[in-house]
Amino acid sequence: MADVFYSILCVFGLAFYGIFLGLVFSGVDRMVVARMQSRIGPPLFQPFFDVLKLLNKQDMLPANAVPGIFRMAPVVALAAAVTLLFYLPLGGIGAPVLEGRGDAILALYLLLIPGLAMVIGGFAGGSPYAAIGAQREMVTMISYELPLATVILTFAWKLASLGVAQPFSLGVMAAQPIWGYVGLLGSLGVVILFFVMLLVTPGELGRIPFDSPEAETELAGGILVEYSGRSLALFQLAMAVKTVAMGALMVTLFLPWNVSGWIALPAPVGAVADFLFFLVKVGFLLFFSVSVLRAAMARLRISDVVTGYWKWIGSAAVVGLLLILLDAKG
Amino acid sequence: MRLKANKALGRSLWVYLCNTGSCNGCDIECVALGTSRYDVERLGVKIVGSPRHADVLIVTGPVTRKMEPRLRMIYEQMPDPRFVIVAGVCGMSGGMFYDSYALAGPIDQIIPVDVYVPGCPTRPEAVIHGLSLLLEKLEKMES
Ligand code: SF4
Repeated sequence: MADVFYSILCVFGLAFYGIFLGLVFSGVDRMVVARMQSRIGPPLFQPFFDVLKLLNKQDMLPANAVPGIFRMAPVVALAAAVTLLFYLPLGGIGAPVLEGRGDAILALYLLLIPGLAMVIGGFAGGSPYAAIGAQREMVTMISYELPLATVILTFAWKLASLGVAQPFSLGVMAAQPIWGYVGLLGSLGVVILFFVMLLVTPGELGRIPFDSPEAETELAGGILVEYSGRSLALFQLAMAVKTVAMGALMVTLFLPWNVSGWIALPAPVGAVADFLFFLVKVGFLLFFSVSVLRAAMARLRISDVVTGYWKWIGSAAVVGLLLILLDAKG
Repeated sequence: MRLKANKALGRSLWVYLCNTGSCNGCDIECVALGTSRYDVERLGVKIVGSPRHADVLIVTGPVTRKMEPRLRMIYEQMPDPRFVIVAGVCGMSGGMFYDSYALAGPIDQIIPVDVYVPGCPTRPEAVIHGLSLLLEKLEKMES
């Protein structure tokens, strides 16, 4: 009984945590980008106002939409994004809630689901703009999946070759920073994989320069064109939670250290320090992979997204993998 | 009309721009709202690409016969609560095209209008003033 109660508490706690942090991070992103463009920019809590407003607006159903699917898609997107948080180590609050019941492969699949829900919702909306956006989203997903899977498989292979039990578990990956197991050549490989991951993140989150599925200027909002009110708010929340999840995944793979590992602190203070340090790390990574790229670049054409991810970023990931392999042999 | 969201609505107005046959002067002035000089994002205003996402419709230009049904359709696609701002004298009276055979009439004969912003073309500051008038109107509706 206590177990069930604990799980329910975790579900609500984590959903709240993910949504709150995600919205704060997107507020920070908008502020930082505005400063980079020498604008004043919106207040930090602007995303909260946006979502609150959308929640209270009329939720319209387009004339030629498929009602059930159209309404379900945003719910599925948010649910999948929140579920993802159960399998990720989230800083000072210890091991993932569902540690041992799912691993990095499951996280990969769950990362796909919000995007897939958007695709299905886009097609169900019955608008040609949304249909084009949905096709672009599918192409983008196929593109970034190759480098992302390469990164995760490299990590799992490295841990497996060292004889670590359960090499695919994200908890294990966080507990065993890869930097400690590789030599000079391998470190170079890990650095390359780190940059690959930084470039996969904006694609995963549908941000400029990989936002061709939404493309405000040519597709009028693309995949989301028919969504209004509450459904649109749910998609925004799903994206916010996914931002936190991507940040947490990057931290788990590349920067899993904790403050309490370096300085001896009493338990509660250590947990708080770890948690704050985790937020700093996530913010730092998102700053480079989302904000800086977004301020500096224009949108890529969809064909360039595919070539970019498969040819350039994909081969960079393979080079990183080979360097780590060579390092292990030599 | 459901107006529960006014507190949040006033801090997050999403704008959809619609050109109903203007000379493009007012359009360019309205698009300039997003630039670093005017930066309406600091007020929570965002220019969106779809009327389904919008709270405010900014219409520029006199309404040509071709655009009349489309303007109606765009207005009907916006979710409640929704507001309309007219930018430029063209939309208020026909402006320099007042006696043209191609006009279906000023905007307020086709859809309800909340705020009029005069000028030919209207300046971005004037549009921001129009938005603040809309906020005042929202506050009155709230109380
Ligand atoms: S008001 Fe003047 S500038 Fe604006 S659309 Fe009409 S003619 Fe052009």
